[in-house]
Amino acid sequence: MSEALLRIDDLHVAFSTRRGMVEAVRGVTLTVEKGEMLGLVGESGSGKSVTGFATTRLLDAAGRVTGGKILFRGQDVTKLGGDDLRQLQGAAMSMIFQNPRAALNPIRAIGLQIADAILTHKRISKEAARGEALELLRAVQIREPEARMNAYPHELSGGMCQRVMIAIAISCNPSLLIADEPTTGLDVTTQKVVMDLLADIAAARGMATILITHDLGLAARYCRRIAVMERGRIVEEASPRTLFSTPQHAYTRRLVAASPTSTSRIEDLVTEEEREGYAAMLGKPRQEPAYGTPPLLEVRKLAKRFDEGSAAVADFSMTMAGGESVGLVGESGSGKSTTSRMICRLIDPSEGDIVFDGQSIGHIASRDFHRSPLRKDIQMVFQDPNESLNPRFTAFDCIAHPLMRLDGMRSGDALRARVEECAVRVGLPLDLLPRFPHQLSGGQKARVGIARAIACRPRLLVLDEPTAALDVSVQAVVLQLLDRLRRENDIALLFVSHDLNVVRMLCDRTIVLRNGGIVEQGESRALFDNPKTDYTRKLVEAIPHIETGKMLAAAL
Amino acid sequence: MRTGLGATMVRAARRLLSSLPALFGVLVFTFLLMRVLPGDPAVFFASGPNAGKEEIEQIRKQMGLDRSVPEQLVFYLSDIGHGNLGRSMMTGQPVLKDLRERLPASLELTFTALLIALIAAVPLGVVAALRPGSVVDHGVRLFCALGVCVPTFVSGLLLIYVFYYLLGLAPDPTGRIDVFTTLPPQRTGFLSIDFLLAGDIEGWWTACRQLILPAVSMALFVIAPLARITRASMLVSLGSDFVRTARSVGLSWHKVVVTYALRNAILPVITIAGIVFSTMLGANVLVEKVFSWPGVASYALDALLSSDYAPVQGFVLLMASLFVLVNLVVDICYGIADPRVSIG
Repeated sequence: MSEALLRIDDLHVAFSTRRGMVEAVRGVTLTVEKGEMLGLVGESGSGKSVTGFATTRLLDAAGRVTGGKILFRGQDVTKLGGDDLRQLQGAAMSMIFQNPRAALNPIRAIGLQIADAILTHKRISKEAARGEALELLRAVQIREPEARMNAYPHELSGGMCQRVMIAIAISCNPSLLIADEPTTGLDVTTQKVVMDLLADIAAARGMATILITHDLGLAARYCRRIAVMERGRIVEEASPRTLFSTPQHAYTRRLVAASPTSTSRIEDLVTEEEREGYAAMLGKPRQEPAYGTPPLLEVRKLAKRFDEGSAAVADFSMTMAGGESVGLVGESGSGKSTTSRMICRLIDPSEGDIVFDGQSIGHIASRDFHRSPLRKDIQMVFQDPNESLNPRFTAFDCIAHPLMRLDGMRSGDALRARVEECAVRVGLPLDLLPRFPHQLSGGQKARVGIARAIACRPRLLVLDEPTAALDVSVQAVVLQLLDRLRRENDIALLFVSHDLNVVRMLCDRTIVLRNGGIVEQGESRALFDNPKTDYTRKLVEAIPHIETGKMLAAAL
Repeated sequence: MRTGLGATMVRAARRLLSSLPALFGVLVFTFLLMRVLPGDPAVFFASGPNAGKEEIEQIRKQMGLDRSVPEQLVFYLSDIGHGNLGRSMMTGQPVLKDLRERLPASLELTFTALLIALIAAVPLGVVAALRPGSVVDHGVRLFCALGVCVPTFVSGLLLIYVFYYLLGLAPDPTGRIDVFTTLPPQRTGFLSIDFLLAGDIEGWWTACRQLILPAVSMALFVIAPLARITRASMLVSLGSDFVRTARSVGLSWHKVVVTYALRNAILPVITIAGIVFSTMLGANVLVEKVFSWPGVASYALDALLSSDYAPVQGFVLLMASLFVLVNLVVDICYGIADPRVSIG
C-alpha cells in the first residue's frame, strides 16, 4: 500500500492567551488518501479549523504546534521553514476560507489576485498568467469571465467571491485542498452550487479535500468518511451511513440528534435522556382561539423602497393569530429582514398598513414607536447574539433595561424578581446574571437576548435568524425554548430564517419570499413536502438532508 | 475604472459646492471676532503716541471704522465679492498681493515637511506593525512620543544649535535664501522648483539647504500621528483574512506586506495626512518665526498683534479655502486608491 497523502500524527496545538497556554488541539490523528474528500465535523471550539490551519501553517502568531507530526507526502510540514514552506503553500496544498469576501483583497482586481498566485509558483510571463487566470474563472463557472477579470470583490456576490477563492486555491493544481466552512454564510441554493462545483473540481483534478464544517448534513452529502471532533480530539471516524445509523460516541449521538433533518421534530433534537420534561409539556393540548377572534397581526400591502432603487419589498400581506408561528424564508436579498423590521416598527414602510390587535401602527413613525404602548407587545430577537448585546451592560442590565424603559419599573426587589423570573424562563442560570456579554458563551448570550425580548410579556416576537450564529446543539435547545414559550405563554412567533429545516419544525405556516414578493405560502409541512413553485422546490432541494434520517429515528 | 473616476469627480464637485456655506460662515465669524477683540487699529496706526483725538478720528473715518458693524460687514463682503481683500496697514500693500508673495513660501515649507514626515512615518509604522511588542516597536513609540512632546520651536532651535552652531553644516537660519544668491525668474513660487526650471543647480542647492532644517523640525512634530495610524491600520491589515489568503498561496513576503497589506493600510493614512497638512499650514508660525521664514502664518501673527484687520481676515479665508481644497484632494486620492468608494 502506498503512503497516505497526509498523515497527522498525535497533533497538539496550543495558543498563548492572557490566562496562559490553552490547548486547542490535543492529540489528533488522521490520514487523508489521494483524491479523497474527508469531512472534519465539530462545533465551535472543537479545534477543527485549528487543525486545518496547523496543516497549512497559517496559525496565528499566538498559536504553536506543541507536539506531534504532520506528514505531507512523507515530509513533516511542522518543521519546514522559509522557502521550502512557500513552495508547498498554494502549489501543493491550499486553503479556502469561511468568509469569501473578506478573504479577497478588497482593492485588487480579482484577475490580478489569481495571477499573483500563479506567478508565485510558475515562471511564466504576466500575460500568460492572465490567460491562465481567465481559464480558471471559466473553470469555476463565472459568467462573462473576461469582464469579471477587472472586477473588485465588492462588485461580486458572496457565492461569486467564493468561486474566485476556489480559483485561487486550485490555480497551481495542489494535491490537497482544505476548505474551512466554505459555504457558511451563503444561501442554501448558492451553498449547493458552490459545494457541487468544489466537489466536481476536486474529483476532476484528483485533489484530496478536507471539508471542515459544523454541518453534519453537508459533510454527509459530499464525504465518504467523516471525522467528528470534540474539544480538540477526534472522537469518532466513520462513513456517514455508520455515523448516522449507529453513532458510537455520546457526543456524536448528541450531534446527530441535534442536526435537523427533513423529518425531525423539535422534540427529536435532543437525545432520549434529555427529552422527558419537554415531552410532558407537549402532552397538554393547545387552547384553540375562539372562532371569530380577530387576528393579532394583519399586514396589508406593505411595500418598502429605499432611495432611488427598486422596491425591496412590494405588496406584502399576511395575517397572524395569537400564539401562531409563521416562518419567513428566502435567499438573501429577498426582503425578509426588511419585512420583519417594518413589522417590528424599526423602519418605516413606504406603503401599506400594519394592524396589530385592531390598531393601525403602520403610520406611527418608527422613531416615535418606542413611546407607543404597543412597543411592549412587539419585541425582537436579533441575529447575532454577540453584536446585539451592549458590551457594557451585564446580563441583568440587558434584561432589566426594557422593563425600566417600557414598563416603568424602578430598580428594586420587584425588578430583580422579574428579571430572575425571565432568566429562569429561558434557562439562564441565575449566577450568570452579573456577567458581561464577553464572559458568556454564544448560547448563553442567545438566552439573554430572548429573555430581554420576553421581559415585557410581548404578544408577538419577531426573530431574525436567531440561531444562525449558534452551534447545532445550542440551536436545538434554543428552538425548544422558543417553542415552549409559544405554547405556554401564547407568544406569536414571526421567524425569519434561511434554514428551511428549522422553519419546518418550528412554524405552523411558512411564507416564501423572493425579490421582495411572496412566492408561495401555506402550512409548513405541506409546503415543504409538495412545493408548488420551482423556486420553493429549489430551496427545499438545496438543503443538505441527512438521507438516513428515518433509519436513525428507527434505530433510536 | 473610468466610470469610477467619473463618479469620484462628481463627488468632488458636490463636495466643493457644499463647502461654500461653510466658507461664508468662516468669513462672517472672523470678521465679527476681529471687531470683538480689544485694540483699536486707529490708535495703533496713528502717527505716534501723542496723536491728537482729531487725528485718530480722521484715521477712523478713513478706515470706515466709524460706521456700525453690520454696515462694515456689508462693505467687507462686497469687497470680497470683487476680489478685494483690503489693504494691510502694516505693509501698506493690498492683502492679496502680500498673501500671494508669502503663500508659496509657506506651501513649499509645508509640502517638504509633509513629504519628509511621510517618508519617515510610513516605514516606521510598518516596521513597528510587523513586530508588535518588540524592541523596534517600542523604539518607534519612543521616537514618536519625543517628536510630539518637544514643541517645534524647541526642536527648531536645537537643530540650529547642532547643525549651524556646532557642526556648521547648515546655513544661517534667515529666510528662504541667502542675500548673495540671485533669485530665479518666478514661475511656481517654490524656490526649489524655480531654480531647477532655470537650470541653476547651485541656486537650487542653496535653497534646499535653507529649507531642510525648518522642514525637518516641522516634520518631527507630525511624524507621530502618521506613524501611529500607519502602525494601527497595518496591524489590522496584517491580521485580515485577505492577507491570510495571500500567505496561504505562498506569495513572497514582499508581495504580502507591500502589495496586499500596505496598500490597504495606506487608505486611512491618506485621510490623516490631509488633516495634518491643513493643521501644519496654520500651525507652522513658530517654525516660520524661528527660521525667519517669510510665510503667511508669521505675516498673520504680526497683523493680529497690531490689530490689522484685513490681513488676519484674509489669512483665515485663505486657510479655510486651502482646507476645503486639501480635503477635496484627499477625497480624490481616496477614490482612486479604493475602488469601493466610488460605489457609495
